[in-house]
Amino acid sequence: MTLFPLLDTLFPAGHEATVTQQVVTGTALTASGPVALLGTVDAAAISHAIALRLAGQVLHLVEHHPGRPLVLLVDTQGQALSRAQELLCLNGSLAHLARCIDLARRRGHVSLSLITGEAVSGGFLSFGLMADRVYALQSAQVRVMDLKAMARVTKIPHERLVALAASSPTFAPGAENYHRMGAIEALWDTPSSELLEQALAQLRTEPSAGDSRLQQGRMRGGRQEAAAIVAAVLTA
Amino acid sequence: MNLPQPSPPSRGPSFYEATARQRVNRLLDAQSFTEFLPPQGAHSSPHLALLGLPGALDDGVVIGSGTLGGKPVLIIAQEGQFLGGAVGEMHGAKIVGLLQRAVRDKPLAVLFLVDSGGVRLHEANAGLIALSEIMRAVLDTRAAGIPVFALIGGVCGAFGGMGIVSRLCSAILMSEQGRLALSGPEVIETVAGVEEFDSRDRALVWRVTGGKHRYLMGDCLALVEDDVEDFRQTTLALLAHWEETAPELHTLRAEQERLSQRCTQFCGLRDGLEVWAALGVPNPQQIPLLERDALVTLRQGLSL
Repeated sequence: MTLFPLLDTLFPAGHEATVTQQVVTGTALTASGPVALLGTVDAAAISHAIALRLAGQVLHLVEHHPGRPLVLLVDTQGQALSRAQELLCLNGSLAHLARCIDLARRRGHVSLSLITGEAVSGGFLSFGLMADRVYALQSAQVRVMDLKAMARVTKIPHERLVALAASSPTFAPGAENYHRMGAIEALWDTPSSELLEQALAQLRTEPSAGDSRLQQGRMRGGRQEAAAIVAAVLTA
Repeated sequence: MNLPQPSPPSRGPSFYEATARQRVNRLLDAQSFTEFLPPQGAHSSPHLALLGLPGALDDGVVIGSGTLGGKPVLIIAQEGQFLGGAVGEMHGAKIVGLLQRAVRDKPLAVLFLVDSGGVRLHEANAGLIALSEIMRAVLDTRAAGIPVFALIGGVCGAFGGMGIVSRLCSAILMSEQGRLALSGPEVIETVAGVEEFDSRDRALVWRVTGGKHRYLMGDCLALVEDDVEDFRQTTLALLAHWEETAPELHTLRAEQERLSQRCTQFCGLRDGLEVWAALGVPNPQQIPLLERDALVTLRQGLSL
């Protein structure tokens, strides 16, 4: 589904969004008031320029619309891959973006991400994964690396990885795996305004629940080790 | 006649060459380190076992408590010699647990000895999620008033998600040998070609990602010698006057301004040599040859 039909579906009461050089900004109306829209389209490669535009929008929101919920629209192939980008410390600009979203959370802005296309590595870490909750369209592609490239780098035969991926959510691409491991709250088969309103309402009732992905991952059976290790460190 | 040559300054053990445990033991006060979840009694990653790969009982990261100058600290040290210090499920959970413990126990600081290529591909999803949890946990620790210092000078540097995590810390201390970036040069070369980034050109890699460049640009706070003792002394000196401040709109606004301005100023440059010239360094080609102290003096003279 392309962006504007999706926004029409999610926000029947109205929305005002613009896309400039792969960055989406805007405002939408929900039953409980306006929300800020922010994200990227066309599997954007996150560069300094994009990260700083997104960060600037988050700071504007915190300053001028205190408490307004934030809906992040995620579609990224990961970070921009170039020497010029690394020369200026791309990880620093991505960290800055993450800090801005974190500031918004601490100032009472609830946030949810919706993965509309791709969600990959650094671009996902510094933006979509910083939200309170992450949702994904059924068609979303979530990954670090596809299995063929992974086979090449790890020198494990591709067929072996494919076979193991059937039983383990730990390494193979797929939004469902991220759901089982606790990082994605739900996959939306058919996106609707009801699903979005429910998600926002749920966030408002538990605004300070903190990072519960470890517990979710254990309850859903996708991450059996992590929660127990954290508990063991706390009692060591 | 020959004048007697001054002996070279005495150096302690190299940070770069040391293992994670050696770094921890030499960085903290002698005999003060207590490891949490030590290898005895631990089990290695079931995910690596599933792939038929040998694991490590500490899963490539050492965590625990100790003292630094007599004050309590918590410490994390990644082992770059095990799978590139990369973050998998257990490795990541040990770090998250340590940071949660810091929020509870209120040590003077958390010292994070970063030596990692980022996500462990064999556990890619678990690693990515763990990195996200580490990012949130570092910010929670800082918001609780406890500084988190990243110490970078190991064989694997700080790449991928660990590059982002490092820049979320209160301060970065780095040696010349340390490297800090997002995508590794090999990844960029594979995707964009050797003309874009020749990963075997060691000097170029250091001019783009190395400690001296990051220090000149203000992306790390302190440049230290490749010597565990110098990392220790610099950490002690910084902590003596450190005040961890809560995240504020105006500080992030200032950072937004700094980053935006520099993107405009250095747009299109592709080599440290070009950036240093643009910074006003008189002889940029001399930078790789300068001693640490001379470089620090040089930077203090630049209007940054």
